[in-house]
Amino acid sequence: MTVNLTPTGVINTSRETAAPAPMRMTISKVNFYYGTKQTLFDVNMSVAANRVTALIGPSGCGKSTLLRTFNRMHETVRNARLEGEILLDGQNILAQDVTQLRRRVGMVFQRPNPFPKSIFDNVAYGPKINGAKDPIAEVVERSLRRAALWDEVKDHLHKSAYELSGGQQQRLCIARGLAVEPEVLLLDEPCSALDPISTAKIEELLVQLKDSCTIAIVTHNMQQAARVSDFTAFLLVGQLVEFNPTPQLFTTPSDPRTEAYITGRFG
Amino acid sequence: MNARLRWRKLVSAFMLTMTGLCAVVAVSVLFFVLGYLVYNGGRSINWDFFTKLPTPVGESGGGMANAIVGSAKLLFLASLFGVPIGFFGAIYLAEFSGSKTAFVVRYAADLLNGVPSIVIGIFAYVLLVLPFKHFSAYAGGFALGIMMIPITLRSTEEFLLGVPNNLREAAMALGASKWKTIATVIVPAAYRGILTSVLLAFARVAGETAPLLFTAFGNRYWSPGFNQPIESLPHMVYIYASSPYEDWQRQAWAAGLVLLGLILIVNIVARFILARGVAVQRS
Repeated sequence: MTVNLTPTGVINTSRETAAPAPMRMTISKVNFYYGTKQTLFDVNMSVAANRVTALIGPSGCGKSTLLRTFNRMHETVRNARLEGEILLDGQNILAQDVTQLRRRVGMVFQRPNPFPKSIFDNVAYGPKINGAKDPIAEVVERSLRRAALWDEVKDHLHKSAYELSGGQQQRLCIARGLAVEPEVLLLDEPCSALDPISTAKIEELLVQLKDSCTIAIVTHNMQQAARVSDFTAFLLVGQLVEFNPTPQLFTTPSDPRTEAYITGRFG
Repeated sequence: MNARLRWRKLVSAFMLTMTGLCAVVAVSVLFFVLGYLVYNGGRSINWDFFTKLPTPVGESGGGMANAIVGSAKLLFLASLFGVPIGFFGAIYLAEFSGSKTAFVVRYAADLLNGVPSIVIGIFAYVLLVLPFKHFSAYAGGFALGIMMIPITLRSTEEFLLGVPNNLREAAMALGASKWKTIATVIVPAAYRGILTSVLLAFARVAGETAPLLFTAFGNRYWSPGFNQPIESLPHMVYIYASSPYEDWQRQAWAAGLVLLGLILIVNIVARFILARGVAVQRS
């Protein structure tokens, strides 16, 4: 009889020792331009499957721009130009149909932006336009539960989404994004317009969502990155300064600029 | 108080009075016209006015049923032609076109809006009356429809541009195509404004006479279908008011009152639709 003894030091009980996860997205040699102005310089990084990857850096460092290239939302801006390669499960996203790509890589924005429709219709929007397999009501309930909003809204699903608080609206937007079952969920400073309690709820939610989804989040709040993420990328004026597991980046940064930023010497 | 200060106070009081008076005159013109119409036309409005055909000269009584139905038909044709073009053109301008194209189209629309209505009438005459050798409701509706295009286009565009960009982003991030986004999010978010613009364009052309003079022409009898000369309320006002018969002049007042009432109602409904809640949250 053989007993598989795992050395105690290798047990994956915390994210500090998280096992290497497969890469869901790989970003290589990405340069980005608004007109003639270059805003990203030769960025290389990756997004691990079922992990939270945070992008941090001071205002204007290009972290939102980088995130928006992950589902090609940058194409909604005139004069924006991207060079380089972004792979999703080994496939170049730039060569794919953009609506298909965005169905697989969803996005939640800085300010809650529910549609001027009912709570139900907001969540049902994605499945409806993409042709859902399951009955819509089921998808809506499941998505609202995953976004930890179901208990608060289940009795008034047909009220306008605008009657919700800011924090609830943002969770509704997360539920709306989850309803199309994306493989990757991008969040662009999702808590910057919210109060601390709503922020805590969303952070808790992100950690739960890891089981079913890969998450990339832009945040200007370093504590938030430290709390929720497994990997952190630090950007400065369009350049990726450091990309490491979060505990490492925050405790033993390998670049002096990272250290200066996280210790609050600038930014 | 020195002389200088006194003088300044005097000027101030004078300007206040003068500007106030002008404002009062501006408003009272509307009420004066309304009152005059009600006073002169009110007496001639009765059931017959809405249900009977005009009577020959010398015979009293009769009504304008044919003109009321005619106006309705003309406005129906005009809306059928002008509203879709204005609406879809506005969608192109607000959602698809580059800024240069948009500038040119906008400018052209503003110019079209400024073209005298009689000139539009001539245009419709050459296009739809001369080749067929007879006046028709089609020609009249076409002329009015042309006038509806720039009004619908410009204001619909404004309301579409007023929809916050983050709603477009939200829909597109869910995998909606550009057209899906417009059809399912942008237009529904702006529909009150769009409906208002259509109603205002409708009210604007409802009172037009000049484009109808040599397109719809007028008709003292019923005009079946759309391919014959047809009567309209503003044209009836024009003919009856300039006639030498007192009976006709009274009916012209009544027709004017009905027309104004219709336009006022449409205007009020439009404002009401627009004012009922803000459809889109501004963040």
